[in-house]
Amino acid sequence: MSAALQQADPMDVRPFRIEKIRKELSDVFTMELVPEGGGSFAFKPGQFNMIYSFGAGEVPISISGDPADPSKLIHTIRRVGAATEAIGNLSEGMAVGIRGPFGNPWPVEEVFGSDLVILAGGLGLAPLRPAIYMALAHRQRFGKVVLLYGSRSPSEILFPKELEKWRGRFDTKVRVTVDRAEPGWSGHVGVVTKLVKGAGFDPLHTVAFVCGPEIMMRYGIQALEDSGIDRTGIYVSMERNMKCGIGLCGHCQWGAPFVCKDGPVFRFDEVADAFKVREL
Amino acid sequence: MPDSQAVIDRKDLGAMFALLAEEGYQPVAPRVHDGAVLYAPVSGPDDLPKGIGDEEEGGHYRLTERGDAKLFGHTKPVQGLKAHLYPARQKLWSAERAGHGFRIVKDQDPAPRYAFIGVRACELSAMLIQDKVFEGGPYADKGYAERRRNCFLVVVTCDHAGAACFCASQQTGPDVSEGYDLKLAEIIDGGRHVFLAEAGSEKGRALLDRLPRQAASEADLKAASDQRQAAAAGQKRAMISGVAELLAAQLESRHWEDVAKRCMSCGNCTMVCPTCFCSTMEDATDLSGLKAERTRKWDSCFSIDYSYIHGGSVRNSGASRYRQWMTHKLSHWVKQFGVSGCVGCGRCIIWCPVGIDITAEAKAILKGA
Repeated sequence: MSAALQQADPMDVRPFRIEKIRKELSDVFTMELVPEGGGSFAFKPGQFNMIYSFGAGEVPISISGDPADPSKLIHTIRRVGAATEAIGNLSEGMAVGIRGPFGNPWPVEEVFGSDLVILAGGLGLAPLRPAIYMALAHRQRFGKVVLLYGSRSPSEILFPKELEKWRGRFDTKVRVTVDRAEPGWSGHVGVVTKLVKGAGFDPLHTVAFVCGPEIMMRYGIQALEDSGIDRTGIYVSMERNMKCGIGLCGHCQWGAPFVCKDGPVFRFDEVADAFKVREL
Repeated sequence: MPDSQAVIDRKDLGAMFALLAEEGYQPVAPRVHDGAVLYAPVSGPDDLPKGIGDEEEGGHYRLTERGDAKLFGHTKPVQGLKAHLYPARQKLWSAERAGHGFRIVKDQDPAPRYAFIGVRACELSAMLIQDKVFEGGPYADKGYAERRRNCFLVVVTCDHAGAACFCASQQTGPDVSEGYDLKLAEIIDGGRHVFLAEAGSEKGRALLDRLPRQAASEADLKAASDQRQAAAAGQKRAMISGVAELLAAQLESRHWEDVAKRCMSCGNCTMVCPTCFCSTMEDATDLSGLKAERTRKWDSCFSIDYSYIHGGSVRNSGASRYRQWMTHKLSHWVKQFGVSGCVGCGRCIIWCPVGIDITAEAKAILKGA
């Protein structure tokens, strides 16, 4: 984002043109956006934008593109409610409104030197993809890099071509599992947390980034801790209702933290207690 | 600031309204409307609630006749200043379709300049807390900041406590030492009706210098001090000490379920609380579908929608929603903004349809801890 934009009112919506729409899954699509009138969009991995569809509403969505390429803004979105349906019904050439980028990022550069475990469930791979791009772009700065991904079924695996590509690298371990197999699936079956064991990282020198449904994160973190990773080395990305994205509307409070401005990426030890409280 | 103290006669009070209006302020002060005292635009002292008092209790509010000529004899208006500084509904921008996309049109209405007259200590404290919320973080709310910067604040100290008041235990009143332009204490002694005035800012001093005034006597200072003491001593309610730590440790208290049996999740407490700041956005189009608008509206953590994410709401139970409100107000707020979110005005008690009393709930949680 340019300096001038950063000074602008964070409540101002900036129109972006939809350059390309790609269907990922039956209810998931990826949009490539460019600012109307030109310009670029710099962000850090794990940050999110508020995406506005004309007259229909606004929703917080993580950025799923490559932070090294600010020429286009990429979002991967599931159609789950009125606002995401409205965004999903737009065509290439039309516009959405963008506010952002907001929130604290995955600390990719801060953990250079460690082994890196990325634990993703379902659509949780989308907010992690920018961190994966960044880590692989600086592959020599890490020890082992392990990506553990779980989806409900083979047909619901997000970004399958990229998973294949990453798996093809000799310097990266990629393990994918599904909750329910389908004919033709010869890979792992079972919850993603089961992949943690035997993933081959050095727990004393490992940092883990975790994103997925809350229940998956809870068990995933448990498995990571059981494997010997300290909770100060585990980062999670949270999701809550957000109306402003900048800590003023109150909706995303999770105990004392505001998920929008204190998260969405948290170091686990700072929120471990909150994870235990239902309906917090 | 002894040099900034003076006594203004009741008959000269109108000059203060006139001078403020002359400087471009819209005077906003307590006035009677629909059987309640609320902040509204006024043209002069004649619009103030002369001789009006109020009765307050859990779920109860009535105006009373005081039988005197006091202009500020009520305890506090139904709402604090937030409705003026952070309006309940505010259009943020509109948008029009342009080609395949759209264009945002920002309205550039200048922010109003309010002179708030009759502000209570608790309300001033609440405003200072909202300053931290809206201006103290990485992002500021520009509309609030502008309205706030524009305003002139005339505090009137309390001469008695309302039945729901507990500002003394929250250390937000009955006296104030900062944040105002002018502080008044209304004194009636036989036929003498005056206001002991003290400037709290350069703006306030300048205004005071232009008003007809006499020197303050020792008796006036004592009368004002007695009033403040009476307002503190008369408080029947108090917040327990250490409530922030208590609630942080009692997120799983069984008492939340007990409150939930009484709480109707109506959200009244959040609407009348002078520090509650939550809002939501409303996006809509006109019938042609060519024009859209975004409106920011106050929201309440008591609604199911408030915590909705795909798949359902985070806080489905009434217990979790009451817990959110109370723990935020009294505990998480301290971590977020360095102060409690409760100023002890007692409005949440008065306007709760079933009279839930936040001070009593805190005691009950302590008892069960």
